[in-house]
Amino acid sequence: MTSVLGLACRECGRSYPAEALHVCDFCFGPLEVVYDYEAIKSKISRESIENGPLSIWRYHELLPAHETSSVDLGAGFTPLVRADRLAAELGLGELWLKDDTRNPTGSFKDRVVSVALAKARELGFKVASCASTGNLANSVAAHAARAGMSAYVFIPSDLEHVKIAMTAVFDLKLVAVEGNYDDVNRLCSEIASEHPDWAFVNVNVRPYYSEGSKTLAFEVAEQLGWKAPDHVVVPIGSGSQLTKIHKGFQELEKVGLIEDGHHVRISGAQAEGCSPVTTAFRNGADQIRPVRPHTIAKSLAIGNPADGWYALQVVRSTNGGMGSVTDPEIVEAIQLLARTEGIFAETAGGVTVATLAALAREGVITKDECVVAYITGNGLKTVEALGDTVAPSTVIPPTLAAFAEFERTQEGATS
Amino acid sequence: MSVTVRIPTQLRPLTGGEGEIVLEATTVREIISGLESKHPGIGERLLDDSGELRRFVNVFVADEDVRFLDGLNTPLTPGQSVSIVPAVAGG
Repeated sequence: MTSVLGLACRECGRSYPAEALHVCDFCFGPLEVVYDYEAIKSKISRESIENGPLSIWRYHELLPAHETSSVDLGAGFTPLVRADRLAAELGLGELWLKDDTRNPTGSFKDRVVSVALAKARELGFKVASCASTGNLANSVAAHAARAGMSAYVFIPSDLEHVKIAMTAVFDLKLVAVEGNYDDVNRLCSEIASEHPDWAFVNVNVRPYYSEGSKTLAFEVAEQLGWKAPDHVVVPIGSGSQLTKIHKGFQELEKVGLIEDGHHVRISGAQAEGCSPVTTAFRNGADQIRPVRPHTIAKSLAIGNPADGWYALQVVRSTNGGMGSVTDPEIVEAIQLLARTEGIFAETAGGVTVATLAALAREGVITKDECVVAYITGNGLKTVEALGDTVAPSTVIPPTLAAFAEFERTQEGATS
Repeated sequence: MSVTVRIPTQLRPLTGGEGEIVLEATTVREIISGLESKHPGIGERLLDDSGELRRFVNVFVADEDVRFLDGLNTPLTPGQSVSIVPAVAGG
């Protein structure tokens, strides 16, 4: 049984039933799931979680859908790996990486989609839909297939080839829209008004969907031995993931599973070619001005971020920092992460690692902090971003002499 | 000069269920005052106390976010379509 009491507007507090609603009828503010934390506290324990499945559903008491209706490909419970070699390069102390490249469709989106479609099934929806920069498309397509739902997925037409293939293979209606993500998103908001019988995971089911990202905080705390880290670095697209990681640590404290959830500093990572939240942070602004994205980090290319305002509040209130990194820095960071820790991340991971490096240089992140960087997607999805920086060291005929010649050229070089 | 305004689900209870309204206006601000006089109550849903667009309301003129244009003063051309869309979606 979940302990969901209903939905409430984050802006004006009006209450709504736990149905397929995402926006306050009155002020258009976002609706947020409200739980009975006292009830959860009486039911949940470290032991009950540790005895649960090795997926996000081990935290079902803190999720807004029933475990029994879950659409489960095994999202979550990804490794938290100690990153000493990367830490040494960046001059940091205790550094951990949450390796969400290891999800069923290769990104953290499997967490949110698993929750969204579970709720969609409970509400009786037969069609799953979304507006996506690619990772969400992959995940909705796969989970809809698993659930036997049909799916309509909307993407910008210029997405990376792999993200298109990884969606289309699941046999659905894949609609490529001539425009950027913000155009796709606006179109989907309008389509959602005309198709109330579709579960748009990030439109009308969004309050439930976004709750799935809390598991990124839950798992990190559990994997650290039931304690919160001092500082986390999170990429910002819409800003939802960052705000939900914040909420996740706070909830763990609220239900008595950890004691230090409110101490976590939260920093945000954006690409310079799409950094509306970082810009507002640096200018001390209280408005997010939308931008037109132009970056290789397409999974973060949201110029008008729905939760940008809330992400900004979280970063400010937790004394975090913000970074905006260039496309070459993103590529370098992907390679740095690969070289030092053996993890191949997509461009969003490059944004996170490059921001981690920048915040370490600036002294925003300090050596005495326990730091977690969220690596949210798999590098196979964005191989083209690496361009000609990835190629064989040489091409030789199949002779010993040719290899010996190559070895001679490498003497003294850092191969 | 008449323009067509697309109304989101959340406001349709105020428009008698209408998803599209044709009215006379030369700027976005005039659209909102026009909607308010036709369907009282819509104005306060779209504008905050200082008369600015609420944080979570997006208005698109010919598919362009008016925050990229001239905000409430964005001029309209005849026959243009205008969409009012909740901002909280996506990601």
